[in-house]
Amino acid sequence: MEKKRLLEVIETDNEDETCRTFVLHGEDHTLGNSLRYIIMKNPEVQFCGYSIPHPSENKINFRIQTNGAIATDVLKKGLTDLYHACDHVLKTFEVGINNYKKQGFPSDVEMASVDT
Amino acid sequence: MENRIHDSRTRVTLLEHGLENVNSTDFPGAYNGYDDTWNQRKFEKNFRVDVVKMGDDELEFDMIGIDAAIANAFRRILLSEVPTMAIEKVYIYNNTSIIQDEVLSHRLGLIPIKADPRLFEYRSDGDTEGTAEDTIEFQLKVKCTKNSHAKDTTDPDELYKDHKVTTKHFKWIPVGKQSEIFKEGDIRPVNDDILIAKLRPGQELDLKLRCVKGLGKDHAKFSPVATASYRLLPEITLLQPVVNHLAEKLKNCFSPGVIEIKKVNGQNTADVKSARHDTCSREVFRHDDLKDLVRLSRVRDHFIFSVESTGVLPPDILVTEAVRVLMGKCRTFLTELSEASGAT
Repeated sequence: MEKKRLLEVIETDNEDETCRTFVLHGEDHTLGNSLRYIIMKNPEVQFCGYSIPHPSENKINFRIQTNGAIATDVLKKGLTDLYHACDHVLKTFEVGINNYKKQGFPSDVEMASVDT
Repeated sequence: MENRIHDSRTRVTLLEHGLENVNSTDFPGAYNGYDDTWNQRKFEKNFRVDVVKMGDDELEFDMIGIDAAIANAFRRILLSEVPTMAIEKVYIYNNTSIIQDEVLSHRLGLIPIKADPRLFEYRSDGDTEGTAEDTIEFQLKVKCTKNSHAKDTTDPDELYKDHKVTTKHFKWIPVGKQSEIFKEGDIRPVNDDILIAKLRPGQELDLKLRCVKGLGKDHAKFSPVATASYRLLPEITLLQPVVNHLAEKLKNCFSPGVIEIKKVNGQNTADVKSARHDTCSREVFRHDDLKDLVRLSRVRDHFIFSVESTGVLPPDILVTEAVRVLMGKCRTFLTELSEASGAT
């Protein structure tokens, strides 16, 4: 028996690979919005958006349209970028916590609120 | 012009009626002369985390240089997708208290259980028995009796023994080889003073409690946080010097400690001391003589996170777990993608 696919691609008639609607099962705004943000940062992308077709169905429709790049590759790049961004957040956060634990007082918060 | 664009990109403006520049607009093609393409190096250069305050159960930190979409994902994951252990099944052998079985079970479910969820597995579908890897068991067996030594009193604490059933009465029953892996005290309710039921002489509770691993999106009892929220760093700009009685009036429009009054050239002049502590009430806009002197805004990419743990895990571990959950989601779909392309 094949396990249930988490990712589906909505079938279309045309062969155009620059436009795709993906269905991400079991996801919501958490991944939907952060992934949309990262993908919209890609200059190849013409349109990227998502919707929750029905509140009681645990899935999102994720649409990508590009200026020529293959939509699947754009999605892959988006997921990779988000992964690396999170990886850096994780590292920076752990350093911040360790510094705090070592010093027992905040590093440079007062300065932080001034120089923004 | 340059400044106005920079402002609308990096600040959310608070006006007398409503807000301006609420949404992020830093996408490629939106502005001339800005490169808004995602750039990991640039992100790493600007991103910062400053821990402000950390206790056993609470954490306040600043996350700077990230978009709301991602910061919000972390917050949402903290609330509903970081797993914990909680009581899922209550086997009632005897309940002669006045609390109904179902109410009692619900109360028990909400009790935070101190057990590292990372050391346990999710129970697989259809498995009702459970194994040592995915189940924690407690026994709650209490019988209330009369205290024969009590006299001349109406205080129930003296009249009866064991009339208050609290989490202190929980007894951990190791499943399988759990007693070799965990010490006594590794697995217990977070607090030992949570009142579960009140009994009178002759009434008793005899229960077996089974905990499983779960997610907050399934039931709030699995949520590892009491609250997890963020706010944007407030910013107050004085557009021109505010002096004397106006300065005093301005100071009173904000939370204590936000505005201070300094002597400049012999005049009492208002100065922004700590915008961070402002509540952004916009009281200042109610005064006609003040409203054109200040500009209120918030820094779009400066998040002041506040995480309050239920005590199941330390708050800093919760945040790292939340980030890992988002990374896990990315990886899941990356594998799905490569499997899909491999199949065709």
